[in-house]
Amino acid sequence: MKPTTRGFLFLAFVLAVLPLALPNAYYYDLAIRMAINATIAVGLNLLVGYTGQISLGHAGFFGIGAYASAILTSRYGLPSALAMGLGAAATAALAFVVARPILKLKGNYLAMATLGLGIILSMVIVNETEFTGGPDGMPVDAFSLFGLQIAGEQAWYGVVAVLLLFVTRGALNLIDAPAGRALQAIHGSEVAARVAGIDVPSFKVRVFVLSAVIASVMGSVTAHYVGFLTPGVAGFFHSIELITMVVLGGMASVFGSILGAVVLTLLPQLLSAFEGWETVIFGLILMLTMIFLPRGIVPTLRLKFAGRAA
Amino acid sequence: MLSELLQFLFSGLTVGAMYALAAVGFSLIYSASGVINFAQGEFIMLGGMSAALLVQAGVPLPLAITLAILVAVVAGLIVEKLAIEPAGNAEVVTLVIITIGASLTLRGLVEVFLGKGNHALPAFSGEEPIAILGATLMPQSLWVMGVTLVVVVALALFFGRTTLGKAVLATSCNKLAAQLVGVNTRFVLLLAFGLSAALGAVGGILVAPMTYTSYDAGIMMGLKGFVAAALGGLGSGVGAIVGGLLLGIVEAMTAGYISSAYKDAMPFVLILLILFFLPQGIFGKKTTDRV
Amino acid sequence: MEKRTFIKFTLAAAACATLGTAYAADPIRIGAVLSVTGPAAYLGDPELKTLQMYVETLNKNGGLIGRPIELVHYDDGSESGKANGFTKRLIENDKVDLIIGGTTSGATMAMAPLVERAQIPFISLAGAVVIVEPPKKWMFKTPHTDRMAAERVFDDMKKAGLTKVALLSENSGFGQSGRKESQAVAAKYGITLVADETYGPKDTDMTAQLTKIKGVAGVQAVFVFGLGQGPAVVTKNYAQLGIKLPLYQSHGVASDEYIRLAGSAAEGVRLPSPALPVAAKLPATDPQKKVVSDYAKLFAERWKAEPSTFGGYAYDGLMLAADAIRRAGSTDKAKVRDALESTSNLVATSGTFNLSANDHMGLSLSAFRMLEIRNGDWTLLN
Repeated sequence: MKPTTRGFLFLAFVLAVLPLALPNAYYYDLAIRMAINATIAVGLNLLVGYTGQISLGHAGFFGIGAYASAILTSRYGLPSALAMGLGAAATAALAFVVARPILKLKGNYLAMATLGLGIILSMVIVNETEFTGGPDGMPVDAFSLFGLQIAGEQAWYGVVAVLLLFVTRGALNLIDAPAGRALQAIHGSEVAARVAGIDVPSFKVRVFVLSAVIASVMGSVTAHYVGFLTPGVAGFFHSIELITMVVLGGMASVFGSILGAVVLTLLPQLLSAFEGWETVIFGLILMLTMIFLPRGIVPTLRLKFAGRAA
Repeated sequence: MLSELLQFLFSGLTVGAMYALAAVGFSLIYSASGVINFAQGEFIMLGGMSAALLVQAGVPLPLAITLAILVAVVAGLIVEKLAIEPAGNAEVVTLVIITIGASLTLRGLVEVFLGKGNHALPAFSGEEPIAILGATLMPQSLWVMGVTLVVVVALALFFGRTTLGKAVLATSCNKLAAQLVGVNTRFVLLLAFGLSAALGAVGGILVAPMTYTSYDAGIMMGLKGFVAAALGGLGSGVGAIVGGLLLGIVEAMTAGYISSAYKDAMPFVLILLILFFLPQGIFGKKTTDRV
Repeated sequence: MEKRTFIKFTLAAAACATLGTAYAADPIRIGAVLSVTGPAAYLGDPELKTLQMYVETLNKNGGLIGRPIELVHYDDGSESGKANGFTKRLIENDKVDLIIGGTTSGATMAMAPLVERAQIPFISLAGAVVIVEPPKKWMFKTPHTDRMAAERVFDDMKKAGLTKVALLSENSGFGQSGRKESQAVAAKYGITLVADETYGPKDTDMTAQLTKIKGVAGVQAVFVFGLGQGPAVVTKNYAQLGIKLPLYQSHGVASDEYIRLAGSAAEGVRLPSPALPVAAKLPATDPQKKVVSDYAKLFAERWKAEPSTFGGYAYDGLMLAADAIRRAGSTDKAKVRDALESTSNLVATSGTFNLSANDHMGLSLSAFRMLEIRNGDWTLLN
C-alpha cells in the first residue's frame, strides 16, 4: 500500500471512531471546527505548498461563501444548497477573473495583492450593512436539503467529516496525477516547467480557483453550522490563521495541513487556562515550531524518521 | 473649496508621513534579508508606549525618547538573534510566520506588563494649530514630516556613501556573493533589524501625541507600513516614502471626496491596479529570474 | 497489565472527581465569555476584572444561598465566532448555571441561539436593542441600549434648539449599531441628520471627515458614536480645525481616559453616561450614590486602575444574577430566569433595574445622566 493510501485510511479510521471518544457537544464542536479548518487548509496547501503561490486573502473567499449562504437563505429565502452553490460559483468567477493578473506576481507582491483582495472583500462586508448586518453580524438559517434539516453537532460532524475525506482524497489523487506533478514543477521552477511544456498560467489559475471554491463552500458550511456570522470571518487575521495552518503543519503535505489545522484550532482552547498570557504563549509556540521545524511539523518529522531508518 | 482640498492634503501628508516611516523599516529589513517583517508594527508600538509611559513616570521628554528608541532597538536585536538567525535559510513563508509569532509575543508581553489602556504623549511644540490659507496644521505634523525627510536623506547617504550601506545592498542583491567579497552578512542582518526597530520607534514616538498609543497600536501601523512599502516597491527607500505619502493622501482624498466608509479599501484597489500593470511596485527593481 | 491498571486508576480518579464535586464544594458556577483582548478589550477587560473582584467579595461573605461561587471565564478575543464556541464549552463541558457576557452585540447574538436552545439564563453586557427587543425567553442585558444613548443626546439637542446634526460614527459594532439607532430615532426629536461619516477604530486622523462635515450647509451640531481612542482623536481634530459647533459624544467615552487623552480639546463636550464618572458629585439623596461610589473605590483599590462604566455593566450583571439566585433560592435555571424577570428596584451602577416579561433590560431613559466636560472634569447637567 502506498503511504498516502495508508494515511488516508488512517484519517478515515480516526474520523470514524472519534465520535466514541467525544464526551459532549463541546468536543463535537471542536472536532467540527477542526475538520472545517482542515478541509480549507488541504485546499490552500494545493496552492501554497504544492504550487508555491502564497495567498493572504483566502478568508475573503471563505467570507463570500459564508455571506452568500447567509444572505440568500435568510433574506431571499433561497434553498440552502442553491445558496451554497451560488456562493461557490461567485467565488469561482471572482477567483478566475483575478487569478491571471494576480498570479503573474511573485513572492511578496503576490502576498500583497491577495491581502488587498481579502481586505477589500471584508470591507465590503463590514460596510454593506443592509445586506450583511455590518460589524454586529447576522443570523443564518439552518441548512436544509430536500426538507431535511441538518441540525445538532452529531449531524454536522458527519457532514464535515465526509467533506474532509472527500477533499483529502481528491487532493491526494490530484498530486499523484500528471496535473499534480505539473504543479510541483511550477513550484520548483516556472521556467523549467514551461520548457517541459506545462501551461503554467492555466495550471496556476485552476488551482487558485479550486482552493478558493473549497474555502467558499466551507464558509457556507460554517455559516449554517454556527448560525451566526460576523465580518471577522473574512478578515485579514482569519487569512493569516489559514495560511499558518498550512505552513505549521507542513508545506506540500496534505496530512500536514490537517495536523496544522487541528493544532491551531485546539491551541486557543488549551491556552485559555493561561489567563492573560495567551498571546505571548501562542506567539512563542509559532516561533519555536517554525524555527525548529522550518518545513512544518509533518515533513520535518518524516525527514527525521526517514533519516534514522536509512 | 481650496481650503478644503488643502486640509485633505495636510491630513494625507501627516498620516502619509507616518506610513512612510513604517514603510522604511519594512524596506530596510526586506533589503537585507528578503523577509517581510510582520513585527515592524510592534517596534512602532514599543517606541510610542515606552516614551508615553516614561513621560508619565516623570522622565523628561528627550531622555524618555532616547530610552524608548533603545527599548525598541533591543527588542529588534533580540528578535533577530533569537528568531530570525536560528531559522537560517528557511523559506520566506516560514520566516513570515516567525515574524508573526514575534509580533504576537511582543504585543502580548506589553499587554501583560503595561496593560491595555490608551496613552498620550505631550506634543513636542505645543498644540496651537498653524493656519495656512484657511486650512490648519498641527505643529506635531511638521515634526513628523520633517523627521521623515531627515530619515530619507540619512538613509540615502548611508546606502550611497558608506561601506556598511553598500554591504547591506550587496547582501540584498546576492547573499553568497556578498559573503565571498568579505561582507559579514550576519552582522548586516542584525544591523538591519536594529535600524528598522529604531526607525519604527521614532515613528511611534512622533505620532503618539496625535494618535495616542496602546498595546495594539502596532497592528494597524504595521499593516499600513507593509502596504506603503509594497506600493512604492519593496526594498526601495524612496519607494517606501513615496508609497507612504501616496497611501496617506489617497485615504484622505477618498474620505474627503468619495466615501469615508471605503477610504481604507481605496489604497488596496490602487495597489491591485498598480500591481496588475507594474508588478514590481512603483519603484521596485526590475529583476530577471535565473534559470 | 500495566495498561489495565492505568485505566482502572483513571476511572477511579474520575469517579472520585465527580463524587468530590457533588459532596464537598458544590459551587454555583457562573460562566462568562468576554472580549478581554482584541479591539473590544477596552470594554471586556474591566468587565472581567469586575466579575473576578465581586465573585471574590461574594465568596468572602459566604457565597450565595450558602454555596460558594465559581467563575469560569473565556476570552473570545473580540471574535464572535469564538464566543459561540466558548459558550458551547460553558454549557456542555463546564455545566455552568448561568452565563454573563457577550461583551459586544455581535458576540451576544452569536451566543444567543445556544443559550436559548440550552435554556440557560444569560445576561449580556452589550448595547444593541436587538438583544432584548423582542424579548427572548432566556436573554437579559444590563447596559442602556444605544438607542437610549441616541435619544438622550437628541433630547438635549432639541432643548438647545439644534436640529441639523452631523453624525460621525466608528466603523465597529458599537459605532455602527449606534449609527443605525441614531438614524432610527432622529425624526422623533425633530432632528435631521445632514451628514453621515464614519472612521475606522484605529484611524489616526479624522480631519478629512470633519472638514467635510464643516462644509455641510446649515449643520448645527456634531454627534460622534465610538469608543476608545478614536473619539479622542476626533475631539483633538475638532479643536485643530477650529470648529465651534457643539460636540456630542456617546456613552462610549464616559471614562477619565477620554478627558486625559483629548485634553483641553474636550472642553464643552456633552455626552450621556451612567452615574459612575460623577459618583462623587451626585447629591447625597441620589439612590445610586452609594453603589457607584463603593464600586469605584473597590475597583481602584483592587486593580490600581481607573474604574470604567463598562466594568459597571458587569457589576450590574453579577448583581442581577446574585439577586435572582437569592430570590429563587436555588440555581434551578427556570426559577432563576423567572426571578430575573421579576427583578424590581435593584439599584446598580447603570441605574435602577425594574424588569418584566416585556422588558429584559429594565432601565429607564433617566438612568442616563447628561454630562458636560468643564475644566477637565465631568459636570452633571440637569
